[in-house]
Amino acid sequence: MPAATLSPAKLSAVYPPLTELQAHNALPGFNLTASEYALIDAGMQQALGRAPNMNELAMFSVLWSEHCCYKHSKHLLKTLPTEGERILQGPGENAGVVSLGKDSTGETLGLAFKIESHNHPTAIEPHQGAATGVGGILRDIFTMNARPIASLNALRFGSLQPNETTTEAQAARNRYLLRHAVEGIAHYGNCVGVPTIGGEISLDARYNGNPLVNAMAIGLVYGDTLMQSGMPADAAGIGNPVIYVGSDTGKDGMGGAAFASKELDESSADDRPAVQVGDPFLEKLLIEACLEAFATGYVVSAQDMGAAGLTCSGAEMSAKNNLGMTIDLDKVPAREPGMLPHEYLLSESQERMLFVVARGHEADVMAIFEKWDLAASVVGTVVAEPVLTFTHQGEVVAQVPPRLLTDDAPLYEEALSPPEPETLRARREKNWDDAAWPDIQPNEVGHWLKTLLGHPNMANPSPIYQQYDRHVRNNTRLSSETNTSGVIRIRDKQGKPTGKAIAATVDGRSWDVLLNPHAGAAGTVAEAARNLVCVGAEPLAVTNNLNFGDPEKPDNYYHMAMAVKGMGQACVAFNTPVTGGNVSLYNEHGGAPILPSPVIGMVGLLEDDAQTCGASFTQPGDVIALLGGFNPGLGASQYQLARCGTVFGEPPAVDLAMEKALQALMLTGHHGAWWHSATDVSLGGLAVTVAEGCMPTSLTSAKHPVLGASIDVAVLDTNDRRLDTLLFGETHGAIVVSFSPEKHAAVEAACQAAGVGCTVLGTVTESPTLTLSKGDTSLVSADMTELFNVWSTAFGHALERTH
Amino acid sequence: MRNGTTIGIVRFPGSNCEQDCFEPLRHDFPEQGYAVQARYLWHRSGSVDGVDAILIPGGFSFGDYLRSGALAQLSPVIRAIREFADQGRPVLGICNGFQILTESGLLPGALTQNRQKQFLCQTVAMRVENITTPFTQQYTQGKTIHLPIAHADGCYVADDETLDQLEANQQVVFRTLMDVNGSDNDIAGICNKAGNVLGMMPHPERALTPSALTSAHGRTLFESLLTWLATNNNAPLPTLAC
Repeated sequence: MPAATLSPAKLSAVYPPLTELQAHNALPGFNLTASEYALIDAGMQQALGRAPNMNELAMFSVLWSEHCCYKHSKHLLKTLPTEGERILQGPGENAGVVSLGKDSTGETLGLAFKIESHNHPTAIEPHQGAATGVGGILRDIFTMNARPIASLNALRFGSLQPNETTTEAQAARNRYLLRHAVEGIAHYGNCVGVPTIGGEISLDARYNGNPLVNAMAIGLVYGDTLMQSGMPADAAGIGNPVIYVGSDTGKDGMGGAAFASKELDESSADDRPAVQVGDPFLEKLLIEACLEAFATGYVVSAQDMGAAGLTCSGAEMSAKNNLGMTIDLDKVPAREPGMLPHEYLLSESQERMLFVVARGHEADVMAIFEKWDLAASVVGTVVAEPVLTFTHQGEVVAQVPPRLLTDDAPLYEEALSPPEPETLRARREKNWDDAAWPDIQPNEVGHWLKTLLGHPNMANPSPIYQQYDRHVRNNTRLSSETNTSGVIRIRDKQGKPTGKAIAATVDGRSWDVLLNPHAGAAGTVAEAARNLVCVGAEPLAVTNNLNFGDPEKPDNYYHMAMAVKGMGQACVAFNTPVTGGNVSLYNEHGGAPILPSPVIGMVGLLEDDAQTCGASFTQPGDVIALLGGFNPGLGASQYQLARCGTVFGEPPAVDLAMEKALQALMLTGHHGAWWHSATDVSLGGLAVTVAEGCMPTSLTSAKHPVLGASIDVAVLDTNDRRLDTLLFGETHGAIVVSFSPEKHAAVEAACQAAGVGCTVLGTVTESPTLTLSKGDTSLVSADMTELFNVWSTAFGHALERTH
Repeated sequence: MRNGTTIGIVRFPGSNCEQDCFEPLRHDFPEQGYAVQARYLWHRSGSVDGVDAILIPGGFSFGDYLRSGALAQLSPVIRAIREFADQGRPVLGICNGFQILTESGLLPGALTQNRQKQFLCQTVAMRVENITTPFTQQYTQGKTIHLPIAHADGCYVADDETLDQLEANQQVVFRTLMDVNGSDNDIAGICNKAGNVLGMMPHPERALTPSALTSAHGRTLFESLLTWLATNNNAPLPTLAC
């Protein structure tokens, strides 16, 4: 692009191009390297014939951060499967969209969904940090013209109790962070009226100081009305007005995206101004106003202002079709007078949107914003030249080719399959020491069962979930605090239930990934799919959140690269493409990385919303059976963590073909209305899974167990396993179901035909007692009320610990 | 007889349960044979003409800034609702709607923060204490029902004199079996002296079909109201203020 065709207004003398020395001195503060600056300078010289000025360099610093441009992960993400017959929108827009088929009126139902992290803000200011994570992901959904219908969250926090690696002060801080993050999520979600239907919580000392908050949102879009962020490049597109709507721009969240791409340390609290403050009421108004505005047909494109605010939205909207925009910062509603250009450009004030509207229809759209009491202003124009120009007080204060900010960001492509670092291999190959940790005796089983049921990673998380409105919108069939997935009914455009439902889950298996990222991440996808088929949903698609430490350290990069590889293989096997997601790197505290934590959000479809079941047993006399394969091991298990204080060895292996067969069989059973309950063997192994099956669901009025189970595990002990491995070892590919004895023959026949194992373990009993035996040896005969009390009070106690 | 009944559902900025009330009245109940339709009433509207009952739904009107319901009661629609209620016509406030009714003085007392200082979403057992209102005629007196709650400010408080009056006049319509949020006398819903204005914290609209999460005990409330309206609409109606 020859420089001569540009710049109708002159570059402000206040913000001249940087000299080499000025640029050199500015780089550390902008978190940019010298070689990155060389690329910026070359691009600017080529397009504009000059070096960048300070405002422009600030814009690059955020858009070239990992959070915005995935410079260390894009080459890995590119290997993931993204296509499939149901995919209406793959990666590259604000959210992925998958088809749910048509409703009875012939209208296509599209499900928009995405997950995003707000880890670093939560570490500094948990309430606002977590709340604005929810707000941000909801905006990604309704920006697509999808009404948000559900949200989920994956929370990973440090230990709530002091232990070998957690001081009393750290534990207290972790409790504070978790309590307030939950409060923030609850307040935001409840106020905007989007039900929180599921999630998961894991605790480990390796999240001390750097908790993870991954928020997922789901929305519904009807017919061919998806809104795009890109603008048409034809004559009709040029000259369209750019409209700003929502909250005023303030100095909050300055450089948040760059801040999220830094490690946390003791000085991080100084970054508190980089944490934004959320206003869920304003977000609710925005949802209603945006959906109403989209319905007019006059909105050409829309983008929310999230990370890197106005800079990012303007650049991304323009870059799609290589157009430009001229934006007058004086027209941007400001929270205070006297704000400087870079403050407008980089502000991450929440609840703001940028619209491009068809020329001549500004008034129609503005009237809707006025009805909803929202501040809106025409701030600029779309131009044919691919240049993003910002003026302030009549002068150009920044001018950049949009694609230089987005598409031309640097990429650091390391190996797709790096070698395993020696320390990691040693940990993975470490054997269980039978002398140090001998097998447990039958009379110790009860103790270990209570220990695991009472650990917050397995205990009932109701003290958290009862703070979330799980019912609003009146579609929730199951919520996942005590079930494997959340299930919500789908309504048609007229608000009438279609008979279909969707299920959603978020899952992570960080301990598995730590030991073997390839198997661990593939297993995470398998677990998410199992969680969906347990409630009767066919798995459709995935959104992923890659949470890792500094990728420039070999261990962390190895974890990330191999996890993406394993995830991709499993997604191909299950035909669940990845439609987008989020990468959060530099999750470290005091130089130590978090547990490597790829989180999978998966959505599934139930053609008949009645064909679902929960995780708890429902009928005395029902057969309890284990479907699939049972190959328990202690590596990465919660039992190992509790007994040895750490994890080592191989995590459970995953057999993708067998998982696929098991998924199909589960759906066959749902279609035949066989299952009265279904839940997969997960954390804590078989014993914990069966005990949880006897728990009353937290939302029934009964606050005490009314059923029990009688189980004999001898039939599973085919390899003369240790007793602890048999009962508490963790495995993939195993689902515990209960069904009426009349269905037994049909279940057996279907399993045989599908080549899926079916092992009868026992029966559901009328007395609330859990009886576990191995042949003639009695292992546990526990009053379920006692186990229920342990399981249901542990989380509350852990959170409230005050001494 | 008039052509069915119309329920007006009030919409404030920040309401978020209006659709949950609207959709069943538009689909489920007509399919069951009730001649009913629903329409929204925007908060800026000074008139509620043409509706036979008013429902103020849950949510966070005006973000619940200042106090829950405190800003909503300043909206023009509230004056019209007050006149409507004065004529003895049915007004139902659910959750935030209950908070708006107490803030606007249509019901006595106040709703304050839950004693736990936390939002609470759970299904709660409660007793139906008064079956003479238009909303509860089809319940059985004293019967235990289960309805979901979802609120941060559901702790009902009133001075002793008011509480005594509420009890003496049978104005307590729903009472939880256990202390849920610290409410005085375990109150979950009250009506005015005439019985035509009901405010309740639980969400009957979320309990229309039985599921793993909830009962269908809310259905009876809507059936009571629709039956009452069908009967009442045969009688000459008072003139509405325009």
